[in-house]
Amino acid sequence: MAERADAGTGAGTREEEGSGNVAHRPPRTFDETWDQPAGVQGFLATIDNIPISMRYMVTSFAFFVAGGILALVMRVQLARPENDFVDPQTYNQLFTMHGTTMMFLFVIPFLEAFANYVIPLLNGTRDLPFPRLTALSYWTYLFGGIFIYSSFLFGLAPDGGWFAYMPLNDKTHSPGLNMDFWDIGLSVAEVAALGAAAEMIVGILRMRAPGMSLNRLPLFSWAMLVTSAMIIFAFTPLVVGTLMLELDRKEMTRFFDPNAGGDPLLWQHLFWVFGHPEVYIMFVPAVGVMSHVVQVFSRRPVMSYTLMVLAIIATGFLSFGLWAHHMYTTGISAVTLGLFAAVGMVVSIPSAVNIFGWIATIWAGKPVWRTPLVFALGAIVIFVIGGVTGVMVAVAPFDFQAHDTYFVVAHLHYVLFGGTIFPIFAGLYYWLPKISGRMLGERMGMWSAGLMFGGFNLAFMPMHWSGLEGMPRRVYTYPTGLGLEGYNLLSTIGGVILALGVVLSIVNFVVSLRRGREAGNDPWGGDTLEWSESSPPADAQFGRFPIVRSRHPMWDQTTVRPAPEDDPEVVRVANAYDRRPERWRGSLVVGVLDGRPIAIAHLPRRSIWPFVLSVGFLLIFTSALLEHGPIAMTGAAVIAVALAGWFWPVDTEKTAIEETGADRVDAERTAEAPLPLAIGDRQANGYWGTGVLVAILATASVTFLAGYFYLGEGPSPLPDGFAPPPLVPALLASVPALLALVATRWLTSTVDRRADGTRWIAATATALAHLAFVWLGIESFRASGYRPSEHGFASAAFGVVGFGWLVSAGAAVMLLVGVAWAVLAPRDPRGRGVALNASLVSYFAAASWFVALAAVYLWPRIS
Amino acid sequence: MTSISGEMTATSLVPPIIAQPVAVAPQSALAPAGPGAAEIGWIWDLMLVSGTIITLAVFAVLGVALFRRRRPDELPPEADRPADPRGEHANVESGGRGREGEGRPRSERLGSRWLVGGGIVFPGVVLTVLFLFTLRTLGSIAPRPGDAAALTVEVIGKQWWWEVRYLDEDPSRIAITANELRIPVGRRVRILLGASDVIHSFWVPGLQGKTDMIPGRRNVTWLEADAPGRWRGQCAEFCGVQHAKMALVVVAEPQAQFDAWLERQIAPAAAPADSAGRADEAAFLASGCVLCHAVRGTPAGARLGPDLTHVASRLTLAAGELPNTEGHLAGWIADPQSVKPGSRMPAVPLTPQELHAITRYLRSLH
Repeated sequence: MAERADAGTGAGTREEEGSGNVAHRPPRTFDETWDQPAGVQGFLATIDNIPISMRYMVTSFAFFVAGGILALVMRVQLARPENDFVDPQTYNQLFTMHGTTMMFLFVIPFLEAFANYVIPLLNGTRDLPFPRLTALSYWTYLFGGIFIYSSFLFGLAPDGGWFAYMPLNDKTHSPGLNMDFWDIGLSVAEVAALGAAAEMIVGILRMRAPGMSLNRLPLFSWAMLVTSAMIIFAFTPLVVGTLMLELDRKEMTRFFDPNAGGDPLLWQHLFWVFGHPEVYIMFVPAVGVMSHVVQVFSRRPVMSYTLMVLAIIATGFLSFGLWAHHMYTTGISAVTLGLFAAVGMVVSIPSAVNIFGWIATIWAGKPVWRTPLVFALGAIVIFVIGGVTGVMVAVAPFDFQAHDTYFVVAHLHYVLFGGTIFPIFAGLYYWLPKISGRMLGERMGMWSAGLMFGGFNLAFMPMHWSGLEGMPRRVYTYPTGLGLEGYNLLSTIGGVILALGVVLSIVNFVVSLRRGREAGNDPWGGDTLEWSESSPPADAQFGRFPIVRSRHPMWDQTTVRPAPEDDPEVVRVANAYDRRPERWRGSLVVGVLDGRPIAIAHLPRRSIWPFVLSVGFLLIFTSALLEHGPIAMTGAAVIAVALAGWFWPVDTEKTAIEETGADRVDAERTAEAPLPLAIGDRQANGYWGTGVLVAILATASVTFLAGYFYLGEGPSPLPDGFAPPPLVPALLASVPALLALVATRWLTSTVDRRADGTRWIAATATALAHLAFVWLGIESFRASGYRPSEHGFASAAFGVVGFGWLVSAGAAVMLLVGVAWAVLAPRDPRGRGVALNASLVSYFAAASWFVALAAVYLWPRIS
Repeated sequence: MTSISGEMTATSLVPPIIAQPVAVAPQSALAPAGPGAAEIGWIWDLMLVSGTIITLAVFAVLGVALFRRRRPDELPPEADRPADPRGEHANVESGGRGREGEGRPRSERLGSRWLVGGGIVFPGVVLTVLFLFTLRTLGSIAPRPGDAAALTVEVIGKQWWWEVRYLDEDPSRIAITANELRIPVGRRVRILLGASDVIHSFWVPGLQGKTDMIPGRRNVTWLEADAPGRWRGQCAEFCGVQHAKMALVVVAEPQAQFDAWLERQIAPAAAPADSAGRADEAAFLASGCVLCHAVRGTPAGARLGPDLTHVASRLTLAAGELPNTEGHLAGWIADPQSVKPGSRMPAVPLTPQELHAITRYLRSLH
């Protein structure tokens, strides 16, 4: 019989089936398991959060510098009136790319990179739950960024604004490839952000140190949890919106065409439903960083943890009720204006709670004047001003004057510098010693903070007045005689000083890497778990899992090792996984609320497929840009190969299954295994990740529906002869959809009952039901006479049902993979996992049809 | 002469014109000159003063928090452990440095009071008051149903100029002009806003806040000036290459003067008085200009560019970019792309004679 590998001794040195991967000898020791692969191939195949997030940080910081240079060129152009330093076309490219770069290529990716690095350390775990997704996010983001910036080489840089309003950016008014570069490149960054968000949600909820209950979660983790949820609900509408935009640009649909039943305002709604939460997506992580810096450098825990957390959550919720802020002047009704103005004011309350939380913490503590605190104080000062002007622009009548002027430019930069850039620098000065193991120069840091603070205020304070004195945004020049000359000259000077401050910090970072003093484990006397580890941390990060008994373990606990007062069960688990498992990467899964260890998760060790997959994405996006068939085919082939490679069984996972007895029925499970392996059931990270995927799909579905109802009620009435689609074929398509629901229920029950013999039948039945549904669904829509390329409402209807078919087809593919597992290895828990994950998507796909049915087939008849 | 006239471009005869931008009028929201802008200006003053006080108060509290004197016994236990640059604090073996049994106060209750008082109650009160003012101002600057009876002007945003139409039930009494909006002093004028290509935004800061002009939609706003004067307005929604140079002038005049002006604008162009004038008109009608422009009363009826029927009566050219002088007019016709790069107006090849004739003709269109 299969030998029982002993997790306690790690003595099972049985050779793996070595034929497949000759190059990769299976690892035998804990350190070997967690080491970094070497060489070029290793560089591309590493999926550990530490190297990936370091690359992520360096890349996004490079984009920050690029975006800053674009801003400086703009400031030179605006230094005096009627300047001709750049021509109008170039200027439009500059501001479009500045906004795009800072939003999508710097702030969001940088914060994600930061979180990728810091969260596992803060939470006391060894890695994030989906390391390959981390790598995929990075590579797609890198390629997406290069893709957008490559447009400069062809003189085709995007020039339609980072908000890409329609119809300015449709094919008629923007015939070049410029905005295609923007739209397609952006999609890549969106995919990366969504991937990182899924990673964060599952990682923060489930992978923590024993004892780290939800109410002991560090504030940065809370902030990233809320941020990630916001990314799911905000970026998904953007993905849908940019997809619609690209289809409109290819003239395949008419979502935004006012001459054919579309509406340019639909784009604004979709964009700002993303765009306003986006502001808080950038701000909320900074609240987390600030809280850490403020409490450590005030030498006391941050005031009122509970209120701080509630404020973060409230910010997340309220941020979704604000988008019409950007649309006050579009002619929306006075009632709507009042409503959004109210929410706009209310959202400042949680931010005020955060600000006063920090001030109170400083008051009650004892400030230690180090660079991170100085940056944090700069952030508070700047953010308070930005918050006050934010309330001003929320006042709709005032916004009628301020909107789209330099007043708003000033406001948004105050919010972003105070709410994001200064906190990022505070966080860098705080955590870089942990990351590099070297201290940064204090004096240079202080100078940098001073220059950045002074330069920033000099650059942006005058803009409040230049805006109210009549200077609109996005103008490449302004006339003499309006009184704008002085303000603009000051802004340019300030911009240069600000840039000097940033350069000084970059010099500081680079110099410290070589010459900085050794940081030691805990240079700041910090309170959280990362300071208990070496700087830089070991590859495995926490060889021994720390035990958490407090919100501030390094301040309140005498030790993070097992202590007499600990629950013996927790101590047993912590000891059992002390530098174990040895032959595969494992990290603890804990209960969401109480932080008690409930399972051990297997983590993949290395994989080239995330890189290959992102190359496939790049090829697909290039083909979409050039409308080039062969590139598209190559890309599709690469993606297919990469996905197959990705989901191909991993050797170490098999080892993990055997060691923990996960392939046996419960009664026979290895007694020595301290915890069950989180695989093939509802404790698997993959199942939770699929849950997040379904949340993304549902958000996309709702977005399509919202667009459909919006255009249905919109200003362009339906043309004559636009009969609602016939009901009978739709009802016919509902039969397999209903069958799919029933079959999915059967499938999940075969997994729950471990009925491995019949699972393949259930999976096949479900897959067939989906395929039948897709076929009948397409037929029913074709019978309707709706032509998506001719009318906006038809495009919207097509969006609703077409997305459903796409998800159903995806569910069918997942189910067929489940069939293959069930046939080839019926008792393997991985097969059960695939079936369970597929069933989640399958439920959603089948159920969403009935919503689509009501919307597309019934609503036109009753309205 | 004739042999080289084909080669010779019109520019060579026109004196070099430095595009002198003219700020014909103020464009500031801080100098309101009508009831709309005044209402908004008032709420700005209110917010500027209260916002400054609140901001400075928060900074003062932060300053005190940073620099106040502290008794050692009020500090939490962590405060004894300074941030140590040598990083030797952590007990690597045990991982924690806490010392049990240290029970100095952490003043959590004080903290909650700060957060609730400063973060919720105080902004709650201030924002409620501000919200009431917001609603009041919103009501007072909203277009009223009664406005429909008032003088109604339709303004259509185009890349990169404004078509202005004074509406009348009698189609023959509709006056069409461009980039200039004349209104009678002290009367509320209803403005209908539309766009024919992309989104623009109608903004005359001295008189009123902005309202977007959206293709496929019709928005409404209104203007009223307290006294005669001129105000500059500018497109406030990014609309393409020449978004920066899409301006208009609003002129407020006493009612009688306005009425006279409107009557002149309604009338078609006067026929040339003499044979020289007729020759100039013929030169215009034979040129490429008529492919885009209309002069009512002549065969020229194209609607792509601004209506030129009374172009000489306007204050500016090229949507507020140039003062309307003979030199600027000739320069603009001869070389629009250097005044406004990317403009939809092409440089039409003209001989110097043609250019002068056309310029003379257009200058006669009062």
